[in-house]
Amino acid sequence: MRTQKLRRYGVGIAGGIAMTLALAGCAGDDLGGGSTGGGGDTDADCAAFEQYGTFEGDRVTLSSTISDQEGDQLEESWADFVACTGITIEHNGTNEFESQIFVQVEGGNAPDLAIFPQPGLMQRMNEGGHLVPAGDDVLAAAEENYTEDWLSYGNIDGTQFGVPVMGSVKSFVWYSPSVFEENGYEIPETWDEMMELTDQIVADHGSDTVKPWCFGIESGGATGWPATDFVEDMVLREAGPDVYDQWVDHEIPFDDSQIVASLDRAGDILKNEDYVNGGIGDPRSIASTPWADAGLQVLNDNCFLFRAASFFEAQLPEGTDVSPDGDIFAFYLPADSADEQPLLVAGDYVAAFNDNEATQALQAYLASSEWANSRVSIGGVVSPNQGVDPANASSDVLRLTLELMQDEDAIARFDGSDLMPSEVGAGTFWSQMTAWIDGQTESDAALAAIESSWPE
Amino acid sequence: MGFFLYSKNGQLILAVLAFVALLAVLLLIAKFADRIKGRKQTLVMVAVFGGPALLLLVLGQVYPAIRTMWMSLMDRRSENFVGLTNYAYLFEDGLTALANTMLWVVLVPAGSTIIGLVYAVLIDKSRFEKVAKSLLFLPMAISFVGAGIIWKFVYEYRGSAQEQIGLLNALITSLGFEPVRFLQDAPLNTVFLIVVMVWIQAGFAMVVLSAAIKAVPIDIIEAARLDGASAWQLFTRVTVPSIRPSLVVVLTTICIATLKVFDITLTMTGAEFNTQVLANEMYDWSFTFGNNGIGSAMAVVIFLLVIPLVVYNVRQMNKNKAVRG
Repeated sequence: MRTQKLRRYGVGIAGGIAMTLALAGCAGDDLGGGSTGGGGDTDADCAAFEQYGTFEGDRVTLSSTISDQEGDQLEESWADFVACTGITIEHNGTNEFESQIFVQVEGGNAPDLAIFPQPGLMQRMNEGGHLVPAGDDVLAAAEENYTEDWLSYGNIDGTQFGVPVMGSVKSFVWYSPSVFEENGYEIPETWDEMMELTDQIVADHGSDTVKPWCFGIESGGATGWPATDFVEDMVLREAGPDVYDQWVDHEIPFDDSQIVASLDRAGDILKNEDYVNGGIGDPRSIASTPWADAGLQVLNDNCFLFRAASFFEAQLPEGTDVSPDGDIFAFYLPADSADEQPLLVAGDYVAAFNDNEATQALQAYLASSEWANSRVSIGGVVSPNQGVDPANASSDVLRLTLELMQDEDAIARFDGSDLMPSEVGAGTFWSQMTAWIDGQTESDAALAAIESSWPE
Repeated sequence: MGFFLYSKNGQLILAVLAFVALLAVLLLIAKFADRIKGRKQTLVMVAVFGGPALLLLVLGQVYPAIRTMWMSLMDRRSENFVGLTNYAYLFEDGLTALANTMLWVVLVPAGSTIIGLVYAVLIDKSRFEKVAKSLLFLPMAISFVGAGIIWKFVYEYRGSAQEQIGLLNALITSLGFEPVRFLQDAPLNTVFLIVVMVWIQAGFAMVVLSAAIKAVPIDIIEAARLDGASAWQLFTRVTVPSIRPSLVVVLTTICIATLKVFDITLTMTGAEFNTQVLANEMYDWSFTFGNNGIGSAMAVVIFLLVIPLVVYNVRQMNKNKAVRG
């Protein structure tokens, strides 16, 4: 917007000098944001960075959704790299990234690198032929540090474009360890145990205000996304990872009977008046409750179980004791047996718009375990990088997340709605799940409506 | 140069310098143009002062409008020509948005104008006029998103057994009634969203109409009073006809703003629960779903709906000017 105004304003200038100045201002605007000074003094041992080469005065621009405090932490994480290689990193983190990146790239103003919060967005970008495949060094680092599951989501038709940088685990149930202990409840290890526990809670505490579960899906223009996560976790448990893949790739119809059964399993909890919605109201109230507000009911003992991703931690009030024997903690959302452990995950992928040496060097560094450890140590996030030391995680939940991510038995699947075409993944899937929870439509009709919206 | 391009302060200084340079260039040109005398002078003046504006208009308004129209006939990535397919969508799946937008366009201007007018008449020449005016005008200062968030709290719903945290439902339950799902039950939820826009726009209507009322010549009012007109007669036969041009301008201006409404539905319901409107549909298709075709088609539809209003609005404003001289 700002750029456009400046440009318009620039054209009005009769004198050529002023116009050049203003247009130069535009270019600066896109690259703006925090800048990390390059070259020179550092306490770090630069030997570890020699492999990337030295680039005196080179500049790499990086766009992402990561802004504010998280943006500062990101810039801090590569400070040694900057100091040792001499590459200046212009990081532009904006929460308008999803729409801005298209404007920038199609306007011929692409950054060197971008961190995509959804592989689907990266694929859309690649449709325009804007991305370049990961170079040899990048690929080598990525293959060394990431499992095939994780790499596959940055892979488009057999070519590796994106490299995972950060990740979260969505298959978590948040609960209050202290309340569990008071009541003698055990952490369930199978689905059946969890449902028994649910009934136990109803018997022990059930009332108009206290219910075993709480949930909310209101999120402004993104209303509905927590419900799609829930359903995806159910598909992994009810139908299994193979069917999940076929479903996400649209090899089976969206409303396949196995998916309907999965949605109904979600409905067993979400549409049961005795089970939801602790502290808020009836099952319909899920549709109008902000997702994080619902989870906060766990702290008020209005509900005992709240399914949400690892990043719910950031929504907790300051001073909350998040630990295995504190106010709130999370356990793995069980599958049918304790042996299988399907994991719903999500993450950010970094992809390049050109194959400049400096660009490739930074991408390779972001794929390395050195960077992942550096970023994880700063706090707040984890990386699916197998080389990350769990001891570096900044909280117990993040440590648990890391352990799950690095568990060799775990079968990780990426958040399906992020992989589907946007009309579905950010469109009908969200809105039909909202209508379904609101009671406007039944399971099979909702899924059939999504199926019919799938673009060719 | 790096300082000017890549740091916030540098960019700021650069912007100021560019602005000063622009002003200097314009003044310089104007000075030279001033030297040219005779009939040519008018021509040069028009070119110097009208030219840049015209150029900006073409680049910033006309060209994008034409491009949007063209894109609305192309596929999602604007590569292949698909004819009117994108418009067909509107009449298949976009009917909720169309119907809701119509409801908005009828209720918001009518509601805001009636409230603004009645309020303006009631407070006219009262002791608290200034304070009262500011009170109704205050919401104008709040952004649509801000207003949406405020009203979302007002409408907040909790089950009847729970403690209500929404203002309205707290009142309703304290009177012994069941709490209401203001934003969840169609079609009334659209009306509750419309209330928010009326709340914002009533102040604008009131200010313009209040000024118009004050401009009604005092002798006409006195003459009517002498003829024995009641207050109601005075209002309907004298005041309203006298301010008719202003009324039309207010109505059409609010109409145009309403056709573009987007922030309120986005923040309050996310356009769920059958509250979709055209502008939101356009945003979803263009930016969330990455489909330039349908997004542009929605934009063109809004554009077509706005045009007659703009034309009428401008003509009324010109008439207003003619009356005032």
